[in-house]
Amino acid sequence: MESPGVRRTPALLATPALIGFAFLLIPLLALLIRAPWRGIGGLLADHQVLTALRLSLECATCATAVSLVLGVPVAWVLARVRFPGMALLRALVTLPLVLPPVVGGVALLLAFGRNGVVGRLLDTWFGVTLPFTTAGVIVAETFVAMPFLIVTVEGALRSSDMGLEEAAATLGASRFTVFRRVTLPLIGPSLLAGSVLCWARALGEFGATITFAGNFPGTTQTMPLAVYNALETDPEAAIALSLVLLAVAVIILAALRDRWLRRGGGTL
Amino acid sequence: MRARVAVVGALAALTAVSVAGCSSSSSPSSATKSSGASKSPSAGASASKSAGVSGTVTVFAASSLEEAFGTIAKKFQAANPGVTVKVNLGASSSLAQQVNSGAPADVFASASPTNMKQVVSSGGASSSTNFVKNVMEVAVPPSNPGHITSVTDLAKSGVKVAVCQPQVPCGVVAATVFKNAKITVKPATLEQDVKSTLTKVELNEADAGMVYVTDVRAAGSKAKGVVIPADINASTEYPIAALSKAPNSAGAKAFVAYVLSPAGQQVLSADGFEKP
Repeated sequence: MESPGVRRTPALLATPALIGFAFLLIPLLALLIRAPWRGIGGLLADHQVLTALRLSLECATCATAVSLVLGVPVAWVLARVRFPGMALLRALVTLPLVLPPVVGGVALLLAFGRNGVVGRLLDTWFGVTLPFTTAGVIVAETFVAMPFLIVTVEGALRSSDMGLEEAAATLGASRFTVFRRVTLPLIGPSLLAGSVLCWARALGEFGATITFAGNFPGTTQTMPLAVYNALETDPEAAIALSLVLLAVAVIILAALRDRWLRRGGGTL
Repeated sequence: MRARVAVVGALAALTAVSVAGCSSSSSPSSATKSSGASKSPSAGASASKSAGVSGTVTVFAASSLEEAFGTIAKKFQAANPGVTVKVNLGASSSLAQQVNSGAPADVFASASPTNMKQVVSSGGASSSTNFVKNVMEVAVPPSNPGHITSVTDLAKSGVKVAVCQPQVPCGVVAATVFKNAKITVKPATLEQDVKSTLTKVELNEADAGMVYVTDVRAAGSKAKGVVIPADINASTEYPIAALSKAPNSAGAKAFVAYVLSPAGQQVLSADGFEKP
């Protein structure tokens, strides 16, 4: 008698599912309950908070742009090119997904720090040093967030119809034209989904940023760092700042998830 | 259908087991880096060998106490067989917050009276005792890329200076030194605690860092110190307290007594701390 669209949840799944939902949602709820709603307006008008928020949004957007330029080609190579050691390479470039961000920050220092393997050359040849600069924040966020884009786009490329690409090629399109006119539109939804995930991850980045880029208001202090600092002296402010970050992330994820993440595939 | 039920049941059981397993693995057997009990017979002599001390003593200590309290923990364990000391290091302000939110700590050793006051005023401890003081020094990388020879060099443009953020004691004391020296320093970064400030110097990313004398000494060959003249230098006093809600009250009192004893003070002065 049940309508085919409605499925009853088996009791054995319902209980752990309920506990699971509660476990994930209670901390968020606690944040809402304990939030100093009355003072929140004044807090958000605080110059330093606005600076941190603006820096966060700008850096996350830049990191997403860099990820698109570098990450889409990486995803294409991982999905289309066959060569020995591919599996290992794929594992290595997606390592930041599971690496503790602080470890990522240390690795970045050893690579791109003033005394780092590559950073030393940057310093002596161009006089460029990345730590303690806004560019350093973007580097740290890109390192941590780009794999989210790569994984999503690679999944879409694998599941997309290669027949269309082949048809375009037989009709005389060059390889890059095929990529631009056929492949990219095919994976459009996943590209967007991957960018959003990448952006959201960059926005929340803390460990690699504070380790590699340092913490200075206006230059490298993003919202997560401001939250951590506020917790030391003014827990109420930390709660309010957390809410802002949470709201931005939830709005973006909720608006895009149903529309794009399910279609188009993608492994996330 | 039955197979599916069995799988779900097994999964649920597995989850329960794994959760239980996770929570039990954080029990006292997981030793911290300071509790590698080396039982040297000479250690501690008879200082504060109070009877009835056993179990684990959890000490929340300012990160600048890392080396000194590591040594003291070992000596205290040697003097009190059966006792394990776990030292949790961090910024004094964070530790005070953790103690006030009910972290199961026995002893709190703060790098500033301000953070201790927060604990005492909220009933976390009834009183505290200042046990050492620490003065500031400028740490520079061994190659000294910023050519720093005095604290006033930190005000020069282009010099990358790492300073503790103003919320933590080392940041407050550093600000006092700058004020005394009548200089304006624009730091490249505000670090969470004195150890991360020192790390930026050790990695040669910062040209100079405002840290304590004891940190420069602990850094060994990885950093050099530029002494700040006594007339402009500033210091912070370190209070210690056995906490009112200490799970191991006897252990807490014994550990505090040991730190205040001549044996404890000897370790501290060997690491560069001064008498309060």
